[in-house]
Amino acid sequence: MVSTNEQSTSKNSWEPRIVAFFCNWCTYTAADLAGVSRLRYSPNARIIRVMCSGRIDPQFVLDAFSKGADGVLIGGCHPGDCHYIEGNYKALRRVQLLKRMLKDMGIEEKRFRLEWISASEGERVKTVINEMTEQVRELGPLGMPERFADWDKELDILEKEINRKGETVDA
Amino acid sequence: MPDKPKVAFYWCASCGGCEESVVDLAENILAVVDAVDIVMWPVAMDFKKKDVEAMPDGSILVSLINGAVRTSEQEEMVKLLRKKSKLVIAYGSCAHTGGVPGLANQFEREEVLKFVYEDSPSTVNPQKTRPEIKVITEEGTVTLPKFFNVVRALDQVIDVDYYLPGCPPTPKLLKQALEALLSGKMPEKGTVLAPDIALCDECPRKDTKPSDLKYTEFKRPHAVQIDPNLCFLAQGIICMGPATRAGCEGVCISGNMPCTGCFGPTSRVKDQGAKILSALASQVEAKEEKEIDKILATIPDPVGTFYRYALPVSLLRKRIK
Repeated sequence: MVSTNEQSTSKNSWEPRIVAFFCNWCTYTAADLAGVSRLRYSPNARIIRVMCSGRIDPQFVLDAFSKGADGVLIGGCHPGDCHYIEGNYKALRRVQLLKRMLKDMGIEEKRFRLEWISASEGERVKTVINEMTEQVRELGPLGMPERFADWDKELDILEKEINRKGETVDA
Repeated sequence: MPDKPKVAFYWCASCGGCEESVVDLAENILAVVDAVDIVMWPVAMDFKKKDVEAMPDGSILVSLINGAVRTSEQEEMVKLLRKKSKLVIAYGSCAHTGGVPGLANQFEREEVLKFVYEDSPSTVNPQKTRPEIKVITEEGTVTLPKFFNVVRALDQVIDVDYYLPGCPPTPKLLKQALEALLSGKMPEKGTVLAPDIALCDECPRKDTKPSDLKYTEFKRPHAVQIDPNLCFLAQGIICMGPATRAGCEGVCISGNMPCTGCFGPTSRVKDQGAKILSALASQVEAKEEKEIDKILATIPDPVGTFYRYALPVSLLRKRIK
């Protein structure tokens, strides 16, 4: 779902990578408006358009993090304005529980954010993306793929030891 | 007499329940013993590692390995069995998805060891002695396996051909799997040997599941009188059924306890915990953030509840420091 090919984690050139899921009817349109209004905002958000914030499966968020996102932003219509009546409420409820779960898994709160941005709020898209980029920059890289590789080194170590045959494994 | 197919059973980080489930084949186990040669089964037979090492590669038809992998010894043994076996079946939740031992992925290795050897209420260890991997004594060197930082499902360590899910798998599923194996009629590699549909589909309370659930509170099973005929979700009790694979025929449900998710997700789901989180949270009644949080606060331990058997294979795998 999210590209893993881009490498932006080498130390000096690191730039926060934010995956932004925007709903078609409000926030994505607002991002369009920001574009045609020539508003400048940080290029760190990769916007993915979904039909509704209620379409965002919590798996999408976890998948983004596990594939290298440093932050995940969800944008939807203001409460009461959902094109599908209830979708944004479902998103809000999922996000509230997902926030707790991410915290329990050690992921900083500021890496995950939900914002209601209506189609006319191009300025708000700019503010939110800039703000979040700076907050995530302060936190530094999350680097899940690198962490996975690091965790699995303990297996490689044993493999090498076994191949040396007959010798015991050191800590 | 032609050689009978060779079968090995092995256990890693597990509780022994999977071994029990093999014995639960009851009189069918006689047919199994008739049809195969068991070449390794630490719980019941006296074969040693060197016996397996002496066998030609690929000479075991199938190794059924239960338990998660969390020590260097387990890693070594499963790699040995992989080399000697044509097929490897991850047997039970721990081998399949990491299982209950996988919940230790919420902690660092050091936290686990410190609690066990120093802080737990039943521990008296004033010198803070910890097990050493290698101790040199006058009599010689003694070694212990290394305790890993991360708990892993079997397929995160070796290549796995099939999965028999469950905590433990039911005798019926084991019998079906053994019959398929011995007759050579196995499905595509990587298949989980249970129906690929959610438990709700075969739940005896299926008809009482409302199409529109509205949670105002989540209740814990020990704190309420459970109606034995009504869908658990309709009673506000967390049931993992919607996010869990069928195949157990609702054994826990029949015992008037909700599903806790041991069969893992269906093939379309990558992350079981995220899916049940989604299903439950989206149907909370409240619309205001504060009200929503109040209702969700009645789930005291989301990670432990939603990933009870599947944390090591979840998208995040482990809590980060």
